[in-house]
Parts: sequence; C-alpha cells; structure tokens
Amino acid sequence: MSRSAGIDIGSRTVKLAVLAGGKVERAVVRDATHDSMAVCRELLETVVADRIVATGYGRHLFSRHLPCEVITEIRAVALGARFLRPACRAVLDVGGQDTKAVAIDSDGSVRKFEMNDRCAAGTGRFLEVMAVALGYTMEEFVAAASGAPSTRKLNSMCTVFAESEVISAVARGVPRDELAFAIHRAIADRSAAMLRRVPLADEVVFCGGGAKNDCLRELVAAAIGRPLHRAADPQVVAAVGCALHALNGA
Amino acid sequence: MSQGNATDYRAMWADLGLDLAKHDALLAALGQMYQDVYLSQADRPESMRYFDFVMSEVHGLRVKELLDAQAAGRRVVGTFCVFVPEELVLAVDGIAVGLCAGAEFGTEAAERYLPRNTCALIKSFFGFTLEKVCPYTAACDLVVGENTCDGKKKSYEHFGGMVKRFYLMDMPQMKSTAGRALLTGEYRRFASELEELSGREVTVEGLRRGIKTINAKRAAIRRLNQLRAADPTPISGRDALLIQQVSFYDDPVRFTGSVNAVCDELERRIAARQGTAPAGRPRILISGCPMAVPNWKLPPIVEAAGAVIVGEESCIGMRGLRNEVSTEGDTVAGLIENLVDRYFRIDCATFTPNPERIGHIREMAEELGADGVIHYALQFCSPYQIESVKVEEQVERGGVPVLRIDTDYGSEDVEQLRTRVEAFVERIAR
Repeated sequence: MSRSAGIDIGSRTVKLAVLAGGKVERAVVRDATHDSMAVCRELLETVVADRIVATGYGRHLFSRHLPCEVITEIRAVALGARFLRPACRAVLDVGGQDTKAVAIDSDGSVRKFEMNDRCAAGTGRFLEVMAVALGYTMEEFVAAASGAPSTRKLNSMCTVFAESEVISAVARGVPRDELAFAIHRAIADRSAAMLRRVPLADEVVFCGGGAKNDCLRELVAAAIGRPLHRAADPQVVAAVGCALHALNGA
Repeated sequence: MSQGNATDYRAMWADLGLDLAKHDALLAALGQMYQDVYLSQADRPESMRYFDFVMSEVHGLRVKELLDAQAAGRRVVGTFCVFVPEELVLAVDGIAVGLCAGAEFGTEAAERYLPRNTCALIKSFFGFTLEKVCPYTAACDLVVGENTCDGKKKSYEHFGGMVKRFYLMDMPQMKSTAGRALLTGEYRRFASELEELSGREVTVEGLRRGIKTINAKRAAIRRLNQLRAADPTPISGRDALLIQQVSFYDDPVRFTGSVNAVCDELERRIAARQGTAPAGRPRILISGCPMAVPNWKLPPIVEAAGAVIVGEESCIGMRGLRNEVSTEGDTVAGLIENLVDRYFRIDCATFTPNPERIGHIREMAEELGADGVIHYALQFCSPYQIESVKVEEQVERGGVPVLRIDTDYGSEDVEQLRTRVEAFVERIAR
C-alpha cells in the first residue's frame, strides 16, 4: 500500500502530513526557525513515504535539497480542503505572511484566487505584531477581542501605520480589549473582501494558523453572511493537499 | 554594464557630470542582473548577440555616439512617453532617446521631492538624475515631459529644473474632437520647439523620412511579436521584451535591421520547430504598465513557472507599436495630422473612458492564443490600477482568466509574486 507525504514550508511554521490508506496518518507542525531546511530534515527522518510533494515559501529551496514535485500553496489548500471536507468550494487561508482566498470548481481544480500583495497587513504576522503592541499573548489577545464591545474600528491596515494608530489609541486611554477587537475586525473585513472577489458556493473552509482564532472566524462569517467551517487541524491543510497530490501523481 | 570592456569611458562620464563611484556601483549591479536574467538562458537565438552588445555598451558606446552626433551639430531629445512623436525629432535630424526609469536607484533622494506613494517609474527617473548616474539624461539637449498621469505632470514641476532644457507637452484626457485638436496643436508646438532647438526647419521631406523610418521600426517589432507567438516559441519572452526596450534608445535604422535579422532567424527556428520552451506550454499575455529597461522582474518569474509570454499589451509592447503613420500628404501640417491620426488612437489609461484598451487586450488574447492575462501595474499608478478592475471583469467574462499584480521595482515581494504566478499557471494549465 502506498504512503505519501506532503510538506509545507511556510514563513512561520513547517507542516508535515503523511497519507496512507486514504487517511491522514500523521500531521505535525513545527516552528520554521532560522533554518527551515534543518527542521524539514528532522521531520522527515522518521517518515517512510513513496513520494513527497512540497509547497510553501521554502518549496523551491526544499526541492533543491530533496528533488521532488512542488505545487503552490493555493493548489495545495484547495486539494487539502476538498479532501478534508468534500463539500468545500472555497477556502480562506490566513497564514503567517499571506492571506489567500481560493474558489474551487466542482472537479476540485482552482477556479480563481486572491492573495494579499507585498505587505503583511491582514495576515497572521499582523495579528502577532498587534498582540505584542498591546502586551497580550496570542490567546489573551483573542479572548480579549471576543469579550470586547464591538464598536471600535481601525482606520489603517498597514502593519506599520496600524501599530502607530494602536499606540496612539492606547495613549488616549482606549481600553486595549476594544483595540483587540478593532484589529480582529480589520483583518476579518479584509479577508472577507478577498473572499467576496472569488465566487463562493457551498461550504467555505477556513484554514491556516489564523483559523485557530475563533473571534476572527466569527467575524469573517458575519462579514460574508455565510458559515465559515474551520478545518480540523487547520495548519496542515496545505501539507495534506501535497500528500494527496503525491498520491494521485504516483 | 560595460564590464570587461576594453574602452574606458570614465572621462566621458566625468565630463557628463556623473558621480563615478555611484555609477560604477550601478553598472556592477546591472551587469550581474543581465548575467542572471539574460546570459544564463539556454538556446537563445544567435542574433540576440547584437542586443547583448548594445546592452553591454548601453552607458558606453551608445552615449559616445550621441555625444559625437551632438559635436556634429545634431540634437539629442530625451522622452518618457510613447505619445512624444519620434518622427518629429528625426525631421530636424535629431536623435530621440527614451529615458528608461526601470530600476530602483536613489529612492531616498527622490523622496526629498516626491511623496512615498509615488510610482516606482517616476521615483526612478528622479533617483537616476539626482544621484547623477544617467548619462542619457545628462547628455540630452532637451528633455520632453508630457501631461499624462497626475504623478508625472506634477513631478515635472520639480524635474524640469534638474535638466539642461525642459519642454512640457500637454495631453488630452478624452478621445473627443477637442482632445484631438489639443493634440494637433501640441504636436505643432513641439515641431516649433524642435526647430528652435536645432536651427533646422521641419520640412515635408524631413518629416516624411522620419515617418518612414519609424514606421519601419514599428513594423519590424510587430513582425517580431507575431513570430514569437509561434508554438513552440522561438524566443524567450524576456528576450522579446529586451528588444522592445532597446528600441527606445538605439539608432532606429540600425535597430530595425537588427530586429529583422532576429526575425529571419526566428523564421528558421519556427520552420525547424526549435523552441526556447517545449510546445504546449501555458501561454500568457502581459498587460498594463510599461516595463522600462532594466525592469526584468516579472518575465523571469513567469517563465520559471513554466509558461511562455506571448505578448505585451503595454507602452513597451503593442500599445507603442500599433498602426502606421501615413506618408501621404504634401504639407507639414498634413503630415502632422497623419501623426495625430495614429497617436490619438493610443489606448493609454490616462484617457477616460478607455474602452479601446480592453478591446485590444481581448483581441490580442484571441489572436495570440493566450490562456491567461497577467495585468501588471506599478503600485500607486492610479490609471492602470483602477482600470485593472474592468480589465479583469471584462476579459474574464470573455473566458480568459486574469491575474492582477501590483508591484514595484523592489525585490522583497518576488517570492509572493512567484507563488501567485505559479498558482495562476497551475490554474490555466489544465
């Protein structure tokens, strides 16, 4: 019986998924550190697979170390999300450096996608920077946003300007939980705008590290006016997609 | 980029007032970039050697030619836009050079005059001039600006004082009778300026000769663009772009001959089914802002993703090449009307509304068999960025997928662009 692996070398984390007998046999998430190839090597030491496919920012670097097929994160999340939730026809992926909205055809291929341009506004990195600016851990940040009154809006979406805006607001005595909410809403609105630019149908699935954030998920769902289904183990969806591609391509 | 060249142009550059240390740094960076993007390609047409030579001498021999021509009494006119008719410059025996503005250099110096949210192209020509690294701008007897976008027309208010002599051409914004009359008046006024600059009269014979020369140049590049669209493609997209970039500053007659030599070779390659990429690769049309030399950021990403570039719907591309100027007529005024007939049809996004452009994109996609269109816009270029929404809607409605990209000359977003372009190629490749 064949066993395939998918590896997603992202800006913040490396994800590995192993697929065997039509099931995800193993799924691991590790910090990318300063040497993502060392992390990959360590993860793969214990993996026995007939074929491996890579995605993520490090995909080309990885394939130079270990010759293998590479696919983009966009195709990978589409494949992975469909495998995990067959009714899925659109994906929102909030990763460390990128946010992507992907519409999927009934045959599983990518129909259209949107991705943020050069700046990291509206991505996981933005949330991390803002949590630090407010003196929260990520868990505290999400909890504070969930419990805050939902009135405040943030004007700027640039990571740098938004940070200044948040610092100014703190200096004016604005409660930080309100700011935590405003930041979540800003990202949710931006993600929803991206989703609206691709055709939405049936299930919309939320994946990437951002999908672990329930406050963000609820706000995006409200903004697009339809449920947003959190993928089980949302960070490994692209890695699962790669493993699936490896299996089908074999 | 004159690395490894025997001739020493340092005295010439110093005479032009260039900052030699900064200029050395620029040439070293450009030389490396040219090596990586161009010379590393496998199986290029032999006749591309001419263009390699031109590029290796871009700040050397070609500048020397300009200075020699000046010494012989000819005038050098620098331009930034395909609306400035080269034919008129040739009519007074002048030399037109397109000032390039395709690299990030001197951004900090430029930002003393320009807000950060100014497009990379404008910042580039400010940076090159302020840092004293552009021998072309320094050599020009006249630099011509034109009121196209707001960024350019307002920045010329500063830029005009940074060059030897500056001339501003007004531009219409609508394809109306009044708009056409404005352009006609401006071309006449430009002819007078050139007469004053050169001490020569624009004659029927001179202008007709200029028109024929430029018609032949455009025809040669159109021929190239037709041949490159063969499957398998006989020339890489980046090489086809390079030829079109070089058209802005090379001698037009010599250039035309060299392009036709490339075309002859491409015909032989097509007959032998010799391609720079295997047949059947996804075919991409690039549309939008001009890629001025040495802006080679996007094409290598597209080609590395396994696609071929079948054309450029751009000022450095078909926007600058469509339609011939008629040589019929026996008065200068009549020939200037012929110029207006052609130039007023240019589908620049500074015009409103601008439906012709979307029609042209759809036509090109159809004729070239493009599987997808990448809309390339410089960040902060409002005309093209705003128009890109309509381009996407209407071209996709016609069944051709569109990817919109906003970027600049920096390299920070190359990996993000790579992901988007690869995903687009995956999408259209099925």
